[in-house]
Amino acid sequence: MSTNLLAVLPELLLTLAAVAVMLFEPLIAAGKTRRPLGWLAIFGTVAAGLAAFYQLHIINLHGTQTAFYSTLQIDPFSIFFHLLIAAVVLVTLLGSLDYFEAPITHGGEYFALVLFGATGMMFMTSSVELLMVFIGLEISSISTYILAGFRKGRATASEASIKYFLLGSFATAFFLYGIALLYGATGSTSIAAIATGLLTTQAPRLALLAVAMIVIGIGFKVSAAPFHVWTPDVYQGAPAPVVGLMSTAPKAAAFAVLLRFLFNGTPMLRDHWLLLLYILAVASMCIGNLGALLQHDVKRLLAYSSIAHAGYLLVAFTATQRDAVSGALFYTAAYAAMNVGAFLVLTQLSGFDERVRSLEDFTGLALKRPGLSALLGFFLLSLIGIPFTGGFFGKFYVFSAAIHGGHTWLAIIGLINSGIACFYYLRLLAAIYSRPLTDTMRPLAPRRVTAPAAVALVATALATLGLGILPNRLLHLVQRAAPQTITTTVSEVAPR
Amino acid sequence: MNLDHSILTLILLAPLVGAGVLILLPEREGARTHAITALVVTLITFVLTLHLVYYFNYAAAPGSFQFEQNLPWITLGTAGSGIRYHLGVDGLSMWLIVLAGILAPIGVLASWKAIRHRTRLFYTLFLLQQVAMLGIFVSLDLFLYYGFWEMSLVPMALLIATFGRTENRRRAAIKFFLYAFIPSALLLVAILWLYARTGTFDLPALQALAAAHTISSNPGALLLCSLAFLFAFAVKVPIFPLHGWLQEAVSEAPTAAVMVLAGKLGLYSILRFSFGIFPDQSRHVAPLLIALGAVGIVYGSLVALIKTDLKKLAAFSTLAHASFVVFGIFTFTVLGVDGGIFQILNESLIGAAFFVLLGLLYERYGTYEMRDYGGLASKLPWMTTMFVIVSLAAIGLPMLNGFVGEFLILSGGMQAAVAHHTGWTVLATTGVIFSASYMLWMIQRVFYGSLGHRPNEVTGWDLSPREHAELWPFVVLFVAMGIFSPVWMRAIDTFGAPTANHASTLSSQEAR
Repeated sequence: MSTNLLAVLPELLLTLAAVAVMLFEPLIAAGKTRRPLGWLAIFGTVAAGLAAFYQLHIINLHGTQTAFYSTLQIDPFSIFFHLLIAAVVLVTLLGSLDYFEAPITHGGEYFALVLFGATGMMFMTSSVELLMVFIGLEISSISTYILAGFRKGRATASEASIKYFLLGSFATAFFLYGIALLYGATGSTSIAAIATGLLTTQAPRLALLAVAMIVIGIGFKVSAAPFHVWTPDVYQGAPAPVVGLMSTAPKAAAFAVLLRFLFNGTPMLRDHWLLLLYILAVASMCIGNLGALLQHDVKRLLAYSSIAHAGYLLVAFTATQRDAVSGALFYTAAYAAMNVGAFLVLTQLSGFDERVRSLEDFTGLALKRPGLSALLGFFLLSLIGIPFTGGFFGKFYVFSAAIHGGHTWLAIIGLINSGIACFYYLRLLAAIYSRPLTDTMRPLAPRRVTAPAAVALVATALATLGLGILPNRLLHLVQRAAPQTITTTVSEVAPR
Repeated sequence: MNLDHSILTLILLAPLVGAGVLILLPEREGARTHAITALVVTLITFVLTLHLVYYFNYAAAPGSFQFEQNLPWITLGTAGSGIRYHLGVDGLSMWLIVLAGILAPIGVLASWKAIRHRTRLFYTLFLLQQVAMLGIFVSLDLFLYYGFWEMSLVPMALLIATFGRTENRRRAAIKFFLYAFIPSALLLVAILWLYARTGTFDLPALQALAAAHTISSNPGALLLCSLAFLFAFAVKVPIFPLHGWLQEAVSEAPTAAVMVLAGKLGLYSILRFSFGIFPDQSRHVAPLLIALGAVGIVYGSLVALIKTDLKKLAAFSTLAHASFVVFGIFTFTVLGVDGGIFQILNESLIGAAFFVLLGLLYERYGTYEMRDYGGLASKLPWMTTMFVIVSLAAIGLPMLNGFVGEFLILSGGMQAAVAHHTGWTVLATTGVIFSASYMLWMIQRVFYGSLGHRPNEVTGWDLSPREHAELWPFVVLFVAMGIFSPVWMRAIDTFGAPTANHASTLSSQEAR
């Protein structure tokens, strides 16, 4: 069946919810709170998550589903990402429900844009056709461009939005050009057809160029060095909850595209793209961590940290075994939990007008806000990779995969990097827990943490802890997701 | 009810649950709620550790573990046994666990007055530190062990960063953390490499593979792997010349934290993992480590001799004592290994007692600077007595515990079959003289002579009942371990003898 609506059920529900939010927005008088719209969005996200579970149930019964002339594929891999994106969006919405201190005129758009973006991301992860991927990428990117500049009227917000938009469009153009060239080389834009087309292609060099361009386009989206330059400025200017969202969900979707494309579409070019990924991974880890050492603004610091984490994730790509892909998926989930959590804490601490920014502002925080400080400390420890957290197990799993694949040197570089990284995380952590040198601390956001935000914070913290000490369930899911994506690869590479 | 299979889990759970309780208890300025709770929790933990002493089976086969608990934990999906929750105790770790058990309540008592603000944070971190330390001693799965190993850094770094003495505390904390973390990253690579080769994280399984020489056919890679292990542990001990973090951390850390800062975790790990998984490679690098040990003894003592800050003096005396242990265990003689393990206990006890005493002095006079003191003996007779006893134990006076350890180690050094060891042993022996010099000189400058300006300005007071309670356990143990050392040696020897003999059979095989 070509128009299998089941295959797009989560996306459909998200779109409906987003449209409903946009429709109701004008009905709420200016100056009134937009909270009901937020609840509507949350409701839509929960429905989308449940729909993803329903999809899981269906494929358990009937196997992998394809839809819309085989442009979309519903398998454990895409369902994993659907669930992940829904979860990230859900905690972001919960955490930012009361983010707008004074009711602002365009509050409803925020919720709608988050949902539209999530729709695009979900499409990216379930499509097996590059033009469809491109459409998903555009939907998600355009939403995030707007969200990045949501604190209108501030110079940094406009800078963030414009920079993100210009550089993002440029990268998307790379991506699209890559698709066009690949079409020229193989005669198709479907990932499966590309894999067979590459075997008989008359233009292997063109194909290589195309793969490189696509990797560059994705590399920009996941903020891998050397395509990372936009990241610190955008993260600094964008609102904290949006940064939490855009540093995790769209990246997860982009990594999903990269996994599908590289392992299913171009396994025979593995030797070539592997070299590219080595460079990206090592550069991202080193530039991310060294760059973060110099930062004083906490959001910029976390921006560089996210570059480094993209590098760790790319390490997983260099191993071909099933474990390696499941390693990437696990790391995505662990990273999403801890990073969204960290930005949620920042959201609660600094509020809409970003009261605390620099390291100095965080000095002595534990004395004023012990609970939030403990949570932030926990997320930082997970980002460092301290055992019994999701961050540690993710790293452990990824580097274990790399060593299994024979890339011990890459694991050594990666783990030394994580040693460097602990310096800047620790500087922040030590600042939070030490006594302030002077009594001139900036006033924090006056309001208490609201119930929905508390739920979101506790959920992310529990997820981070749970992935660290009881990762079996998620491991099972990601291991189920893995063979679907790389069956062709294993058979291609196995003879070696 | 038979506790034998769950006792180790209980020992870990007690402080962990205690930490959870402490977080939930409300904090009031000046209230002792958290200190009392922490004291109760640590005492319960200590009583639980005594179960091990009572039920320890001395007739167990060498190399076997007791009180084992072995459950599947994380399935990794690839071939291999995955990660297991595997705990166990043998002659090496049994007394170390009891030692950690008894030091904890003393640590709480020592913080009674010193920590008056943010007690919730302090005691929670203290108990978490306790969990990590006990976890290191009982883990038999490399993943689990590594978890506790890394986890132990966090509460310690936070304790230093938050409760450090001077404005330098943040720097000291970060330095401590980085020094330990970066080598640990290499340790993780080595652990993962081992897993990739063998498909297991289980220590007994790895030991069996190592004994059969089937871990890897590549001797170079195996040697590098063993060096990654050794390097991570050596920094933590610290072994000369990797002691860069020690002075600042010791000088900043509050008494309860500094008591467990250096020494035993790293030394235990060398004995358990370096010797356990890499017996041949450890023997290969033994001459270097013996030399570093001997140099460390002399270097530590000489630097301690010129330090006028009491805490810094103690830091370098710790270095010298830890070097003694390193020297002993790497001789691979029964005497050396046994004496080394015994000396780990001594070093921890003597160091802890010394730091407690320094803390008490600091509470009274607010300085660690030796020049500010003098003539305290006339004012604080009990305190002086305690200082002298601890110093004598540290110097190695016969009838006290330090003598037994040092004597065994030096005898082991003389026995060692490897060439050039005699020279290093002679050098190490000179350390005994130096350690007597700096300790006695310190006693003389602080307690005798004319009254220093600080005791003149501030009225001190002699030991209170609580402070007596902190110190008498040490005195009793010093004497008991000096006179009845076989009580301890019996368990230690079940580990020491097979370890040393295994190594010597190997060397004789190689000689043939």
